[in-house]
Amino acid sequence: MRLSPDEMIFWQNGFMKLNATIVFTWALMLVLAVGAKLITRNLSTNLERSRWQNLLEIVVTGITKQIEEVGLRHPRKYLGFLGTLFLFIAAATLCTVIPGFDPPTGSLSTTVALALCVFVAVPLFGIGEQGMRGYLKSYVEPTFVMLPFNIISEISRALALAVRLFGNMMSGAMIIGILLAITPFIFPVVMTVLGLLTGMVQAYIFSILAAVYIAAATRTGESRPEPAHQT
Amino acid sequence: MLIDWFTVGAQALNFLLLVWLMKRFLYKPILQSIDEREKRIAGRLADADAKKVEAVKERDAFEHKNQALDQQRAALLNQATDDAKVERQRLLGQAQKDADALSARRQETLMHEAETLNQALVRRTRQEVFAITRKVLSDLATTSLEERLGEVFTRRLRDMDGPQKERLAEALRTASGPAILRSAFDLPAQQRATIQNALNETFSAEVRVQYETAPELVSGIELTANGQKIAWSISDYLESLEKGVAGLLIKQAVPAPADAAETAPKRLANR
Repeated sequence: MRLSPDEMIFWQNGFMKLNATIVFTWALMLVLAVGAKLITRNLSTNLERSRWQNLLEIVVTGITKQIEEVGLRHPRKYLGFLGTLFLFIAAATLCTVIPGFDPPTGSLSTTVALALCVFVAVPLFGIGEQGMRGYLKSYVEPTFVMLPFNIISEISRALALAVRLFGNMMSGAMIIGILLAITPFIFPVVMTVLGLLTGMVQAYIFSILAAVYIAAATRTGESRPEPAHQT
Repeated sequence: MLIDWFTVGAQALNFLLLVWLMKRFLYKPILQSIDEREKRIAGRLADADAKKVEAVKERDAFEHKNQALDQQRAALLNQATDDAKVERQRLLGQAQKDADALSARRQETLMHEAETLNQALVRRTRQEVFAITRKVLSDLATTSLEERLGEVFTRRLRDMDGPQKERLAEALRTASGPAILRSAFDLPAQQRATIQNALNETFSAEVRVQYETAPELVSGIELTANGQKIAWSISDYLESLEKGVAGLLIKQAVPAPADAAETAPKRLANR
């Protein structure tokens, strides 16, 4: 039994390899980019517009609104990063209904990569918003003693992000695999639906947590709030 | 080992590439179209607001104009009413004047008619009196009226005295031609002789007389000589009758025009 699509290797040359995670990620990227390009090719600025444009507008404005609700004052600045996080994870989850498709988010490598991106993006956005000095100062608040704890918290939450997403996605695929072996027919379908639900929830949680971390880093002179969403 | 670090790096790159692709093909065009639409809607709303303001302004201007028109109309109506009143008064005055003039003319006409009737009555009365008198005299005294008239004239000649007689005598003396004796009828020879005798005796001279007939004398006799005249006719008696009848006619005619003059303006005022 495969725990991760990393184990399915199509091509390898020394350190470099082309496994199922990368291939499925490329496939997802292709679908997302081409779909977006096709839909936004003929955008209407009038009140009448196509259904697909309407759908994309709802998705984009919905994400923007969510980012704003988290507490980021300029949501459009973070839309590219946070929106893509959500869309990538959600698309990966949705594609699990395609037989033979292994979600790239079921690979710990992918989730680590995403968590690393968040881990790097948070200080970058923080420095961009309040400067290097202001951002570093937030590590020694409320007292200097808190510095190691703050650093540990930073690393551990990135790790938590990665493991949480990996665990949920992998377990979903694993449960379906096991159930297919035990009770093939109706029950795996129900579990697939449940997996879709948990996958969407995870996409939401991952992007919202990233948004909360960024908001905490970009908030000047305020205490850093603890993440609200934990599973 | 669940983590393959090459895959981690590749996935991180893939993710960053996806971020760029999404920004390029999804967020940017979608947000742009939303912004443009919002801008267009805002523009339309602003345009609608401007039009509303303009409409309110135009409505105010229209109402103002309407009020001005109403006031102007009321003023014109008042002026027209005043003019009509003045014109009515003028027309009433004119009508009154015309009615007065008509009434005066009518009264005049009535007076004239009364006079004409009076004259006709007088003429008729004279003729009737003459006829009655003649009939009465001829029936009662078996003497013709002409005889009685001759007698009366003769008696008046004889009774004449004083300055009148002297003036007539003087006139008869100084007259170049004969004296003219006019009567309403042809005098019979006997009467002519009687008158001739009376004249001769009265003036103690041979008076030459030329006899003429003048029907307008109405049973009278008139002697004219060099501007002096002695006459007697039934006219003298008829004059009093004429006056009486005339007085009666005037009394009947006068109240009628007064009534007419009063009612005429009232009829005009009621129109």
